[in-house]
Amino acid sequence: MLAYIIRRLLYAIPILIGVNLLTFTLFFVVNSPDDMAASQLGEKYVTPEAIAAWKTKNGYNKPLFVNADAEGLSALTDTIFFTKSLRLFAFDFGRSESGRDITTDVSTRMWPSLAVALPTFMVGIWVNICVALLVVMFHATRLDRWAVFLFVSLMSISYLFYIIGGQYLLAKTWRLVPISGFNADNQPWKFLILPVLVGVVAGIGSGARWYRTLFLEEANQDYVRTARAKGVSEISILFRHILPNALIPILTGVVVLIPSLFMGSLLIESFFGIPGLGSYMLDAIKSQDFAIVRSMVFIGSILYIFGLILTDISYTWADPRVRLT
Amino acid sequence: MKPLVLWSDALIYLLVISLSIFFYKLRQDPQTRERWGQVFASRLGMVTFTVIIAYVGIALLDSLHFRRALDATEGVESGEIFYDNKVTSVLDVMLGGMGERFERTYSAPFALKSFEKKNMKDEQGLAIRDYPPLKHAGQYLADPADKWFDVLVKTTAALLWGLVISALVVGVQWFMLRGSANPWYASWGIQAVIICFGVWLVSISHYYHVLGTDLGGTDVAYQSIKGVRTGVLLGTLSTLIMLPIAVTLGVMAGYFKGWVDDVVQYLYTTLSSIPGILLIAASVLLFQVYIDLNPDFFSIGMEKADARFIALCFILGVTSWSTLCRLIRAETLKISQLGYVQAAHAFGVSHTRILARHILPNVVHIILITFVLDFSALVLAEAVLSYIGVGIDPSMGSWRNMINGARSELSREPAVWWTLSGAFFFMFVLVLAANLFSDLVRDAFDPRTSMRSSGT
Repeated sequence: MLAYIIRRLLYAIPILIGVNLLTFTLFFVVNSPDDMAASQLGEKYVTPEAIAAWKTKNGYNKPLFVNADAEGLSALTDTIFFTKSLRLFAFDFGRSESGRDITTDVSTRMWPSLAVALPTFMVGIWVNICVALLVVMFHATRLDRWAVFLFVSLMSISYLFYIIGGQYLLAKTWRLVPISGFNADNQPWKFLILPVLVGVVAGIGSGARWYRTLFLEEANQDYVRTARAKGVSEISILFRHILPNALIPILTGVVVLIPSLFMGSLLIESFFGIPGLGSYMLDAIKSQDFAIVRSMVFIGSILYIFGLILTDISYTWADPRVRLT
Repeated sequence: MKPLVLWSDALIYLLVISLSIFFYKLRQDPQTRERWGQVFASRLGMVTFTVIIAYVGIALLDSLHFRRALDATEGVESGEIFYDNKVTSVLDVMLGGMGERFERTYSAPFALKSFEKKNMKDEQGLAIRDYPPLKHAGQYLADPADKWFDVLVKTTAALLWGLVISALVVGVQWFMLRGSANPWYASWGIQAVIICFGVWLVSISHYYHVLGTDLGGTDVAYQSIKGVRTGVLLGTLSTLIMLPIAVTLGVMAGYFKGWVDDVVQYLYTTLSSIPGILLIAASVLLFQVYIDLNPDFFSIGMEKADARFIALCFILGVTSWSTLCRLIRAETLKISQLGYVQAAHAFGVSHTRILARHILPNVVHIILITFVLDFSALVLAEAVLSYIGVGIDPSMGSWRNMINGARSELSREPAVWWTLSGAFFFMFVLVLAANLFSDLVRDAFDPRTSMRSSGT
């Protein structure tokens, strides 16, 4: 298993290089170092000298990919791509274009993101599985059909409506919680209730429907019929037979998301004014801060690949027959 | 009047025509016929399909654009005709000028007066502050108390007309399809409802603003209908752009294996490990810069908005092909091991011929299912994407723009809820119909579920 994990980690390197190359190209086609300097220094009244100075200071005065002036290996290393992008592999994120230290920013902003994303994730899964099990108990009745219809209806509502509806009802009309904002020191849970609730409710439609299909797949198997024939109670069939056997597909869909929880949710965070990584990224996109975007893409990709490896490992835990070689 | 073909207009018509030819060809295959028959044998299938067709119809009508000729300026004699910079579509004409009855600002549904007070002069010339009456809502009424009676009368008349028209439409279909075993009556019912609703909306909009007006004074019902085109086009065009990439790469990876497979797998793993929203945002910014650098390329604002819209479709397509590619690769791997493909190899049939005759027809069902499944997801994605500032141009009607405009207004007292409800209703119906329909299609084509239903 250790050999397997090491091999998977090695596979990740070419993928991460590809990711870097892609983001790098995309952003440098969009704005050349000159544009970047101009927008960071303020759009108007920028002298060419100021731009050149900014580029030298921030290390953008080198060629993009190949340095023709340098000799030997430094033709490839003394370039913007090498100094800016490949440095990320050492988890050295450097400074943002506006001069802030990205590593500090990420490590402080990670916690609010996690504070919203983790409860949403856990409560969401729990609620979805409970609802799905309940519906599976009434399988092939009218209740089941209406429940599926309800799930599809819930799925068909845009996320924005859930957010707006939640803010309007809970925060504005009933005044139970603040509309938005975040205060880590003073009762942070008060600010977290609404985003978590909205996230869970918005996910019920697609989530519960998906779990229902998984459970039904198992409910039609022969071993369930056998269990029923020998008189096992319905509750026990659901929890002791169907649920464990449906674990593999559940893990496939769920475990890959766990590492990405650190990244937070772009929409939720910006609507509720939570100072997490999601809104950090959004601000970076809007102000075209390439250094932040580059680092966030890199972190995101690593977490995704990590999630894939984690999924494989979780299979061995859920199903003893699975061996990683 | 000068017809104007926007790029998206051309693409959507191309898409509809090619889809029709495709389905016509597909009819010859008995297995496919049986499966689609299964979809249309259910009432739900009929109903949802009718709703989707109605939306597509609205989108197509809204895609026939032209520019009105401006009236010649008096006293100036010139042979040249000038055209309006505003682009009109056939749908605008059919709606009977619904989008041209502007008010000053917000007004509630069926209201006679504006939502905000304004300084006015009364009959004696004294300055007062009151709600000004609307320009285009029930001003012929002698007594405002008669309003609801008037609405009732107009509604009844409109519904009668609607029933007459739907009786004609349904009658023709009944005559042609009365021998059919499919539950056409479900479709006819929905058609009648849609027609009655449409006739009612258009006729009563002459007298009232059914869903009120928004901040700029535009009729909300009109805006919601204009949003249909954007939603439908985004869902279909993105998939259309994604298909060639996904199918070519997927089939090649599964068929040739070896280094081709490695390269394709590397490509889609790399692409899917980048957070999707960042990729999309970067690409959209890229295009935005291109547009800003080439302002001469587009003669009128609408063309610019359209180019941006197509770019968004393109980007959504390019960034979302990996799932379909993965599915097609797996299916091709499976098919290329089958006996008839091996036999074709043994007989020395060329690669291109094997791909065209044996592989492609067998992955078509995956493409179709993905097409239907992705549609609703894309419509919903647009609303979210626009929020991070990479969406549709504000000059192009879209539901997202309505939602965004309405968001802050809910904090008013009393709340302005109607702009939100219009977008919500039209979007919800489309996505719901698409979701329910895709469920049926998947059930019909999924070997596991279809086996289960035929086994019992």
